[in-house]
Amino acid sequence: MDKDEARLNYVLRLGDNALVLGQRLSEIVTRAPELEEELASANFALDYIGQARLFYSYAGELEGKGRSEDDFAFLRDGPEFRNLLLVEQPNGHFGDTVVRQFLFEAFYSLLLEALARCDDARVTEIAARAVKEIHYHLRHVTQWVVRLGGGTDESHDCVQQSLDTLWRYTGELFAGDQVDEAFQCEWNGPRLEDIEVAWNKKVEAVLADATLTRPNAQWMDGGGRTGRHTEHLGYLIAEMQFLQRAYPGAQW
Amino acid sequence: MNLVADTGVMPTSRDIRFLLESVADPEIPVLSVIDLGIVRDIAVYQDRVEVSVAPTYTGCPATEVIERMILAKLRRNGISHVTIKRVLSPPWTTDWLTEAGRQKLRAYGIAPPDGSASKRSLLAPVLKVRCPRCSTDDTTRVSEFGSTPCKASYKCNECFEPFEYFKCI
Repeated sequence: MDKDEARLNYVLRLGDNALVLGQRLSEIVTRAPELEEELASANFALDYIGQARLFYSYAGELEGKGRSEDDFAFLRDGPEFRNLLLVEQPNGHFGDTVVRQFLFEAFYSLLLEALARCDDARVTEIAARAVKEIHYHLRHVTQWVVRLGGGTDESHDCVQQSLDTLWRYTGELFAGDQVDEAFQCEWNGPRLEDIEVAWNKKVEAVLADATLTRPNAQWMDGGGRTGRHTEHLGYLIAEMQFLQRAYPGAQW
Repeated sequence: MNLVADTGVMPTSRDIRFLLESVADPEIPVLSVIDLGIVRDIAVYQDRVEVSVAPTYTGCPATEVIERMILAKLRRNGISHVTIKRVLSPPWTTDWLTEAGRQKLRAYGIAPPDGSASKRSLLAPVLKVRCPRCSTDDTTRVSEFGSTPCKASYKCNECFEPFEYFKCI
């Protein structure tokens, strides 16, 4: 794969992860279990959508066809989104939301740390900005994993169930393809093998703290990187893009 | 010919900075953009002024409003050829809040960020936050988040007042 094409794809994937998770988190606004978590979700969502805008703007420049951040967000269909399957999973109950956030951010924070050292100056500065926000989120969700895991029998069982259900989407985090490889070789991008080792260490420490059991090795789902998604993404996109689809070109 | 100022007098970066000291953050109006530490550079060229602004949080909706306010302020003072440059690197940190800004925050009822925003202090489990009203350290964190991305919510165990804390990042 051509090095510039790989970079465009790589940046779009980063934007898609941020946008899809940001949209998911904003769904919780007005229906969080308590006011503090309402604020937390809205804050998380805002950070992610801000990051998505930066990645999309850069992708638009790299592509050079005049596409704006809004074009990437609102005028592409499901198979054109390259986000990881984990971030599109529904909010479910509070334990599901917390576990999804924890598993992803334990990975994303490591990824951003590595991206902040890559050879692409724009990606580096976005990552250096974003990683500070994600560290703050991660501290918050980690506390929730521990609190729910070590809480009542009911909260423990619920959150263990969330972990068991979502685990199948964690293999994809580290299953890089030629885009990841090219970005690693040509732009000194992250080495997913190293991130996997650090992620395992982090996740195991928190699960032990939370008295949760790491699910057994199992079949792992994948395909998000190339646009093969779970059935959940379509609904998310339908809601997110409704206005632009119904009233093309509508502006504030 | 001087295109920068409509009055014909070339402004200096100090003049611009002085003007920006009265451009308030729309969400925390006691702080100016200078107090916040988001104005990273002011460059005066032959034909224009360039103000470099660092966004606080990537998704902070105030960013665009602030940029428009800076343009409007300078235009009202006869400086209409202004460009705003958004700079992400190095990323904004609460360490850049000025001392005057910290005092204004406290007087306004928001506890200023404590300590330095090194990764260690960011990840430290609990930190002592001083009540901006009665100055006791006996406070409880209600939520790590608040009404804007930059704040967390606390309450004082001494005077029982709720207050906001400008979180350290």
